[in-house]
Amino acid sequence: MSRMYRIVFAAASLLLALQAHAKVDIQHWQTSAGTDVYFVENHDLPIIDISTNFAAGSARDTKPKAGLAALTRHVMTLGAAGMTDEEISKRLADVGAILGGEFDADRAGFNLRTLSSAQERDQALDIYTKIMHQPDFPAPILDREKARVIASLKEAMTRPAAIASKAFMTNLYGNHPYALEESSEPQTVTSIQREDLQQFYSSAYGAKNAIIAMIGDMSRAQAEQIAERIASGLPQTGAVSPLPEVQNLQQPQLVRIPHPATQSHILLGYPGVSRGDPDYFPLYVGNYILGGGGFVSRLTEEVRENRGLAYSVYSYFMPMAQRGPFQLGLQTKREQTDEALKVVNETLDKFVREGVTTEELKAAKQNIVGGFPLRIDSNAKILDYLAVIGFYKLPLDYLDNFTKKVESVTAAQIKDAFTRRLKTDQMLTVIVGGESTPASAASR
Amino acid sequence: MFIRLFIRPLFVAGLLLPLLAFAETHEFKLDNGMRIIVQEDHRSPVVVSQVWYRAGSIDEVNGKTGVAHVLEHMMFKGTKTVPPGQFSRIIAAAGGRENAFTGADYTAYYQQLEKSKLPLSIRLEADRMANLQLTKDEFTKEINVVMEERRWRTEDNPQAVVNEQFQSLTYMAHPYARPIVGWMNDLQNMTVEDAREWYKTWYVPNNATLVVVGDVEAQEVLKLAKKYFGPLKSRALPPRKPQIEPEQKGPRRAIVKAKAELPYLMIGYHVPVLENVDSDWEPYALEILAGVLDGNASARLNQNLVRNQKIAINVGAGYDLIQRGKVALFEIDGSPSEGRTAVELEDAILQEIEAIKEKGVTEDELKRVKAQVIAGDVYQRDSMFYQAMQIGRLETSGYSWRFLDKYPDKLAAVTTEQVQQVARKYLNRDNMTTAILDPQPLEPGEKPKQPQGELQHAH
Repeated sequence: MSRMYRIVFAAASLLLALQAHAKVDIQHWQTSAGTDVYFVENHDLPIIDISTNFAAGSARDTKPKAGLAALTRHVMTLGAAGMTDEEISKRLADVGAILGGEFDADRAGFNLRTLSSAQERDQALDIYTKIMHQPDFPAPILDREKARVIASLKEAMTRPAAIASKAFMTNLYGNHPYALEESSEPQTVTSIQREDLQQFYSSAYGAKNAIIAMIGDMSRAQAEQIAERIASGLPQTGAVSPLPEVQNLQQPQLVRIPHPATQSHILLGYPGVSRGDPDYFPLYVGNYILGGGGFVSRLTEEVRENRGLAYSVYSYFMPMAQRGPFQLGLQTKREQTDEALKVVNETLDKFVREGVTTEELKAAKQNIVGGFPLRIDSNAKILDYLAVIGFYKLPLDYLDNFTKKVESVTAAQIKDAFTRRLKTDQMLTVIVGGESTPASAASR
Repeated sequence: MFIRLFIRPLFVAGLLLPLLAFAETHEFKLDNGMRIIVQEDHRSPVVVSQVWYRAGSIDEVNGKTGVAHVLEHMMFKGTKTVPPGQFSRIIAAAGGRENAFTGADYTAYYQQLEKSKLPLSIRLEADRMANLQLTKDEFTKEINVVMEERRWRTEDNPQAVVNEQFQSLTYMAHPYARPIVGWMNDLQNMTVEDAREWYKTWYVPNNATLVVVGDVEAQEVLKLAKKYFGPLKSRALPPRKPQIEPEQKGPRRAIVKAKAELPYLMIGYHVPVLENVDSDWEPYALEILAGVLDGNASARLNQNLVRNQKIAINVGAGYDLIQRGKVALFEIDGSPSEGRTAVELEDAILQEIEAIKEKGVTEDELKRVKAQVIAGDVYQRDSMFYQAMQIGRLETSGYSWRFLDKYPDKLAAVTTEQVQQVARKYLNRDNMTTAILDPQPLEPGEKPKQPQGELQHAH
């Protein structure tokens, strides 16, 4: 990087300074292959960030081969268009490019960060597109990666946090595909074959199943060209079908799993909200007060500040394509498991029953609205929003209206939404560790 | 309230990355000795403000380990004018995010805010630098939280237990031997008096640095700092003893039996830290060596041991040339594949090191590592928080933020011969400490599958 280069950017960044991120100007179009593109032009730094996401997350797995979706995404990066894993890594590293990405129940994706200078950008894009267009799925690489995944799965199953998370997702979602995120077992991974990956790729990595998000130092014309190149090389298959709706729990469920750890891991849960859900904002603001607002939430106040029962206690709604989980979690010394559980249950019950005070609501809005600039203060953060807005088909003005929606939430809406959406007498409770009876019991 | 852990070093993230030339950085010193560093960054209407104290676990004494971190927790427990818990509420109501972290070399507190809220952050930090109320009641509750934190981070985390034993084996005299979070027994016996003593000793303006990065004017920040921190009185600091680590005279080895599935291995060599940024070259060569071993997915350790030989499921290397304690380690860690032992992995790692000592590294490898440094130089500009971290850590560890400008050129000047030379000089058996996790079954009656790292398997 030459000094000159830096000085040129200094001038540009000063001019753009004030309006830079005051409003996020999202450009949206579709490639000729039918892929939606979301783009923010920003020349402050000589960087390009691209994120390509597919509806190819773990919810697209089947139970006997749970782990296939994750493995497909992973092995795509380890051999493409005749390049070995070593060649791919070297050619990216040679230009300082970083390949990353997402994987969850809904999404599988690839992120690329590269310098915007032509040589670096072109070499990085060449690898990035080949990974998505011509994955080779070499059999020896698949075998090696399966062995690594299996070893990690076995290790995870000795760790209380991982055991709790698995019990939580599988019990909360039962037969719904969202349970598949935590359904990988050594034998399901063992059974996955190269043809499975090829098939999964052809069906789930199609152009109509993809969303491209881009931000950084490129013109609209360059962005269009790059997006066109990414989309046109993808399988020209149709979009995958929507996921089924999530069913509510019908009765309370307590899962206790013995473990010798010094702390118990406790998780409470219930099906929560989907993206674009009309109750999303009341639940989001309400949850800030309950357990989302770091050191100032009711849960932290009751469990940590007043009683010293835990280091970390939290709650969240994870909005997904279908209803993602509401989760409340903490870890506490095993001898005080029952005491801590009683406190969180009482705190949650009272919250749902009585709602929030005017002062709490005011403080929550002050934080969420006042802190809004922090959500979009870097290209990396804006890229994440672009990917989410695109993938979940949120309105293009989602970020512009975010604070307005938060401001308009009332205490009555919060109480109403929590009462309708969280059945506190039908929750799932998972306890790993603790002073327990060994078997699972069916009451709380 | 987060503390540092041994995290697998990611080369790009772990490197100290230089600031771009256009970033305007200003440096001031108040009459009471407090230092102020402001970096203007006008990309977005936000600011990050951090107060760094030159007080970390390195300054603790036996029997009171963990007190630096406990005090960090107590800093949220109220002053004469701000009741317990209110600090966080006031920052939250201003739309802010805040927290603190304790390391071996420092304790730091931060707020991220919309830019107009900076005065609030500075006023509150100045208040708690001088007026903290340490009550027995609040201490009694909070020490339980800290013990829960230790259980969560260390007691129930086998690799963290290995790391703890590794540190206390590789260092005998130097305070880096002790866990930042403190020994459980010291936490159990800690009193509010210990916290008071710590606060009184170290929380003074002449032991602190304010770092502000964001959409601000440096002179405005200086005005605020003068107004709020200016009136605080300085106090003489106790002398800091060097506590030099005696030279290691032969390999050291520990085996840790803990409930787990996968074995885990840590190797460390004593190596120099950066002392003279201009005339030293070895620390830069060690950074490049870490990059050649673990700078990207095709670097030697991953490519040869995970991908080609399939003897490891993961493996990494790291070195940090910035340390206030004037000693450093070159570290390698990893887990063997199923059916392979930690000792086999150790052998394979040592062969990789021998290969570098014998045959050196290639120009291509060197170029690749340097390309990542140049790119990382640009990427890190996307995060104000990260830039503030760099400045704060350097200043608190006894270096200057100005070092960030020299750093890329210093790395670029490293030659393949120098990389080979530092490998030959420092990565030797007699200078090596190994700690191995020998996994034990969760169920009491079961036998371990495969003994790990017992001495008869060793060299």
